Amino acid sequence: MKKMRVLSLAMAAAMSASLLAGCGGGTTSQPSAAPSDAGTQASDSGSSTATGAAFKLGGTGPLTGDAAIYGLAAYPGAQIAVDEINAEGGDIQFELRYEDDVNVPETAVNAYNTLKEWGMQISLGSVTSQPGVSTSVLANEDRIFSLTPSASSPDVIAGKDNVYQMCFSDPNQGLASAQYIYDQNLGENIFVIWKNDDVYSSGIYEQFVAEAETLGLNIVGNATFTTDTATDFTVQLNQAQDAGADLIFLPIYYQPASLILSQANQMGYAPTFFGVDGMDGILTVEGFDASLAEGVMLLTPFNADATDEATVNFVTKYQELYGETPNQFAADAYDCVYAYKLALETAGCTPDMSAEEICEAMVATFPTITLNGLTGDGEGITWNDQGEVSKSPKGMIIENGAYVGMD
Amino acid sequence: MNVMNFLNYLISGISLGSIYAIIALGYTMVYGIAKMLNFAHGDVIMVGAYICFFVMSGLSSAALPPFAAPILGTLVAMVVCTVLGVVIERLAYKPLRQAPSLAVLITAIGVSYFLQNAAQLLWTSSPKYFTSVVGNAQLTLFDGRLTISAVTLLTIAVCIIIMLALTTFTNKTKMGKAMRACSEDKGAAQLMGIDVNRTISVTFAIGSALAAVAGVLFMSAYPSLTPTTGSMPGIKAFTAAVFGGIGSIPGALLGGLLLGIIETFARAYISTELSTAIVFAVLIVVLLVKPAGLLGKTVREKV
Repeated sequence: MKKMRVLSLAMAAAMSASLLAGCGGGTTSQPSAAPSDAGTQASDSGSSTATGAAFKLGGTGPLTGDAAIYGLAAYPGAQIAVDEINAEGGDIQFELRYEDDVNVPETAVNAYNTLKEWGMQISLGSVTSQPGVSTSVLANEDRIFSLTPSASSPDVIAGKDNVYQMCFSDPNQGLASAQYIYDQNLGENIFVIWKNDDVYSSGIYEQFVAEAETLGLNIVGNATFTTDTATDFTVQLNQAQDAGADLIFLPIYYQPASLILSQANQMGYAPTFFGVDGMDGILTVEGFDASLAEGVMLLTPFNADATDEATVNFVTKYQELYGETPNQFAADAYDCVYAYKLALETAGCTPDMSAEEICEAMVATFPTITLNGLTGDGEGITWNDQGEVSKSPKGMIIENGAYVGMD
Repeated sequence: MNVMNFLNYLISGISLGSIYAIIALGYTMVYGIAKMLNFAHGDVIMVGAYICFFVMSGLSSAALPPFAAPILGTLVAMVVCTVLGVVIERLAYKPLRQAPSLAVLITAIGVSYFLQNAAQLLWTSSPKYFTSVVGNAQLTLFDGRLTISAVTLLTIAVCIIIMLALTTFTNKTKMGKAMRACSEDKGAAQLMGIDVNRTISVTFAIGSALAAVAGVLFMSAYPSLTPTTGSMPGIKAFTAAVFGGIGSIPGALLGGLLLGIIETFARAYISTELSTAIVFAVLIVVLLVKPAGLLGKTVREKV
C-alpha cells in the first residue's frame, strides 16, 4: 500500500513535470513571451537613441480555455508590432505584457490588477467582449487609457471616455452586412442563424434585422443555438429550407459555421452563406474541406491574402514565427500598437509620464488621428470621441479555397 | 405538420441520441461498479477523437485500401483511450477508494480539467475539422425529400452492436459476473474471492474504449474538434444515464435515445431557445415520478 502511494506520487510528479515541460515548449515555439521582450530591449539599449525606458503596455486575453484561439492571435499580433517598433529604435518604445483571462470576467479583473501592479501605463483592454466589459470599467476608474483590439460589444466603450475599440462594434457589422446584401442584391429571402447566448452574435443580429427592415429586405425567419446546442444544426437548416431561404446570414464564429456548412452539404441544401468577421479563420481550420466553403461571402476588416506591402510583411513574419496564417484578431492587435505609436508621437508623450497623464493626452489625441493599418482600406482608420472606430469592411467571397475581394 | 420533416428530425434525433447512448454507457458502467461519477469520461472522448484524427491525417497520403485508415485510426484511439482510462483510474481514483465520494467526485472534475488543458497544450485550441470515417455518403429516399447520412446509419448500428455485446458480456462471462457482483456489494464480492481492483480496472478499460468509439462517431457526425469538445456531450450523456437509470445498461440506451429525440423535437417544434431547458424539465419530471430513472432498480437502503 505504501509502496503504491510512493509510486503514484512519483507518477503524479512526472505528469506535472511533463505539463510544465509542455509550457516551456510552448514558450520557445511561440517567441511571443518574455524572452523575446528582453532580447529586443537588450539590443535596443545599445543601438538606438531611445531614452532607455519604454511605455508599459498591458492587455488581457484568453491564452488558455476554449476561446484561447482569439487571445493567441491577438497577443502575437501585438508582439510583432512591438518588436518592429522597438527594433526601429525611435523615441516610442514598448514593453508588452499579456495576462491570461480565460475569457472569464472575474479572472480578467485579477489579470487587470496584476498588470496595474506591474505599472501598466496604457492598455490593450481585453481581447473578448465579456471580460472587456469588466476590465474597461476598471480602466475608466483608474484613468488608464484602453484600446481593445477585438472586444466588439458596445457595452465595452459605452459611457467611458478613455476606452476605444479597434474592431467594428457588433451593431455596425449588422448594419454594414444588411447594406451590403441590399446593395449587391445578394438574396431575396434571408434566413438568420444566430447564437443567442453570445453578445457578439445577438448584437449583430438585432441591428441586422432593424436595418434590413428599413431597406425592405425580406427576412423569412431566424433560428438560434447556444454553446450547449452547437453541434446539430439540421433542425435550423430544415427550417431555412422550408422557408425558401436563398441566403443564410451567419453572424457567428467560424467553428459552428463550419458545422453548418457541412450539414447543409449533407442535406444537399446550397443557399448563399453570408458571414461577418467571426467567419474569418474558417479556411485555416486544420482538416477542413475548403470546397464546403466555396461561395461563402463575408465582411471582414482584414484580408491575409491582400498583396499590399504591409499585409505581406505581416503575414510572412507571423507565419515564420508562429506557423499559422494570421486572422483579423492578430491584425487588429497589430494595428492597436501602431495606433498607440502614432497617438503617443502626436501627443508628445514620454514613458516617464504617469498613466493618468498619458490617458488625458490620449483622450484628446485619438479622435484626431488617422491610421493607415492592416485593417480598413486606403482611407485609413479614425475614431469618434465615443471610442468607436470607423473603417471600411472588405467584402470577400471564398473561391477555390481562398478569399477574393468582391469589389 | 410535414411528414418528411418529422422523419428528418426523428432521424437526426436518433443519430444524436445513439451517440449520447454510447457515451452514457461509459458513465453507467463505471457508476454501477465503482459507485463513482467519472466526469473525465467526456474528455477521454475528446482524446480518442484527437488520436483518430492524427492517425487518419497521418495515413491520408499513404496508399491504403479504402476504410483502412479510419479502422486503424479507431483501433489506435481505442488502445490509447483504454490505457489512458486505466492509468487515470490507477493514479487518480484508486488511492481514494476508501475516501468519501465527494473527494472522488472533485478528483474526477480535476482530471477532466487536466485532460482539457493538456490537450490544449499539446494540440492548441484551434479547432480541427474531422473527416468522417465513412465519407459523405448518404441514403436518399422519397425523391430526395429524406436523406439519411451513412454516419447516422453507422452510429445506430454500432450502438446496437455495443449494447448487445455488453449485455452478453455482463451476463455470460466470468468477468461480467464479477462486475455484477461488485456492483451489488463490493465487500461481499471480495470475500467471495473476486479481485475488486482488477474488476474496476477492466470496467474503466471497457468504458474508455467505448469512449474512443463514441468520440470517432461523434466527430464524424459533428466534425469540429477542440479540446473542450467532449465536455458538453459528456454532460448530456450523464443526463441520459440518469434519465435511463444510472447503473443500468439498457437504461443508458433508452435514456440516450430519448434525450436526443426530445432535444431535436423541442428545437424543431417548440423553441430553439428552450430546447435544453425542455430536456432538463423532462428529466426532472421523470425523476420525480421514478427517482431511480426509467429502468433503474429501486434499491431499498437497509439500516
